[in-house]
Amino acid sequence: MSEQKQPDQSRRDFLTKGATAAAGLSIAPGVLLFGAVNARPADQAVTDQVRWGMLVDTNKCANGCDACVTACKKENGWGEQSGDESHSNELQKSQWIRKVELRHKQTGFAHSLPMMCQHCEHPPCADVCPTGASFKRADGIVLVDKHICIGCRFCMMACPYKARSFVHEELTHQRPNAPRGKGTVEACTMCVGRVDAGLRPACVESCPSQAILFGDLKDPNSEISKTVAKYASTAIRPDLGLNPGVRYQGI
Amino acid sequence: MASVAAKKVQFLETGLSSGFWLLLGGLGLLVLFGLGAHYQMEHHGHWISGMNNQIVWGTPHVFAIFLIVAASGALNVASISSVFDKKVYKPLAPLSGLLAIALLLGGLSVLVLDLGRPERLTVAMTHYNFKSIFAWNMILYNGFLAIVAVYLWTMMERKMNGYSKPVGFAAFIWRLMLTTGTGSIFGFLVARQAYDAALLAPMFVVMSFSFGLAVFMLVLMAAFRWTGRPLGDVMVKRLKNLLGVFVAGVLYFVLVYHLTNLYATEHHGVEAFVLRDGGVYTQIFWFGQILLGSLLPLALLYHPATGSKRGAIVAAALLVILGGFAQLYVLLIGGQAYPLVLFPGYEVSSGFSEGVVNSYSPSLPEVVLGISGIAIAGIMVTIAVKVLRFLPVSLADEVVDPHYAPKA
Repeated sequence: MSEQKQPDQSRRDFLTKGATAAAGLSIAPGVLLFGAVNARPADQAVTDQVRWGMLVDTNKCANGCDACVTACKKENGWGEQSGDESHSNELQKSQWIRKVELRHKQTGFAHSLPMMCQHCEHPPCADVCPTGASFKRADGIVLVDKHICIGCRFCMMACPYKARSFVHEELTHQRPNAPRGKGTVEACTMCVGRVDAGLRPACVESCPSQAILFGDLKDPNSEISKTVAKYASTAIRPDLGLNPGVRYQGI
Repeated sequence: MASVAAKKVQFLETGLSSGFWLLLGGLGLLVLFGLGAHYQMEHHGHWISGMNNQIVWGTPHVFAIFLIVAASGALNVASISSVFDKKVYKPLAPLSGLLAIALLLGGLSVLVLDLGRPERLTVAMTHYNFKSIFAWNMILYNGFLAIVAVYLWTMMERKMNGYSKPVGFAAFIWRLMLTTGTGSIFGFLVARQAYDAALLAPMFVVMSFSFGLAVFMLVLMAAFRWTGRPLGDVMVKRLKNLLGVFVAGVLYFVLVYHLTNLYATEHHGVEAFVLRDGGVYTQIFWFGQILLGSLLPLALLYHPATGSKRGAIVAAALLVILGGFAQLYVLLIGGQAYPLVLFPGYEVSSGFSEGVVNSYSPSLPEVVLGISGIAIAGIMVTIAVKVLRFLPVSLADEVVDPHYAPKA
């Protein structure tokens, strides 16, 4: 009988731990969000107070590793993650981000880096786009408005980085966060939906060697600003004067 | 039925013959095939074409740009009569204006039908990015159509004849702007080795002189032959001499373009590609553009043995057109086939055709769509000369030669 008067410790433990876990689960995302990058409230317009950018440390980027490419495919639903572009040949399939292997002709120095839309301050794609479908957001992210893209591909001719792809066939299985459409042009969006939610782009998150740094280039206290101020970095084809938002170390 | 438009040159509609219906039927069939090709590409998507993410502009663009460039050039004959006051060309002016409109609409049709989303043409008309040379071109194309239509009106309506000169002058200025715009589509592309040259704009202007006149001469000779109207040697000789000058002009620009590139070490790669190592592009350049498209027509036009023969002149005009297609193929597709240089001094590779010559082979739908642009222009001309008085009744020597003028 006395045993029966004893409180059920295991049930009490379960309830306590369960309540703690539930509280944690409901509060944590908010706390984590708050801690990661300042999320922009959905009812506020994008401002030019920030300029999103990336810094790729090619010394950390491992040859043969394509975790960033795989993560981008998964996040945005292209490549084998789409299952849609079954008719297009290899040259016709979309490629939002690619790994480029480099070997210096004279010195033989070899390294590799991820290549995607460089989110230029002065994007040639947006300059040549007849309808204004290619545009740059106030925060520096270069995007394509799929509703007014007429599929003329002039932006692809103008892009110095081969960063854009044309959708060559009907697509059905699309991610809600990354709409794509036959006959329109697409490219890396810097995971704009994630950035707006205060998260980092998928490629940045996925890199096993943390070779890609993401942040606000206009915030002098951001890690990316401090790093580019301290260490030498460069843009690809800096001679074009486009001031890309993506910069590289070690090239 | 006939009216007197020039001092003594009469203009008359072409008649209804079985040849007219045959021509119309043949061209109509080509247009239908073109629409079919367009439907296939739109329904399935561009994967059925030879184009890809490296060669984004293919054969349809070669046809479209040829037609657009030739359109502004076709207007030259009218300009020579109005702006430069060469009366001998006056009887040719209405056909010149008509051909300019027809070729431009043919070229634009191909361009529009190849868009990824052609049904959004209204979007292109309502959303303008004024920094885009493409958007400028849309204004230039529409303005050209409007000005040339008014120009034709001033030429063909006697009451309006007095305005023909100022309107002709405006049309001439506008056509120079239009071809400058077409050349700048490529000239403004800063990143590609084969483009990014201010020279491309004037080069396109001279190309338009040459291609446009070649097309004009063929249409003129065919129309006069098929409708049994006399076309004297005086007119043909003038036109063929002019064509020779224009062909030489294009050759000069091509020479300067390549010499400039050859002087700059950074362009040695793309020059070696076009002139020596580019495989099909090198062959098309040397055999198509230079030998068949430039040197052979020059020889045919100026050699005493062939220069006065109609057959040789027709062959020369055809070769100039062939050379024009070759030139645009090498520039457009060859220019895209040569890889973008992102990392000078490095060997590069990736899963996205990095650092390799991009491959492209024209597909049937693309070629059929391109040809339909020519057919659209052909139908417009065939019908227009049937219903309106575009063609002079005679261009025999005694009609056109000012020195032949009998005392009234």
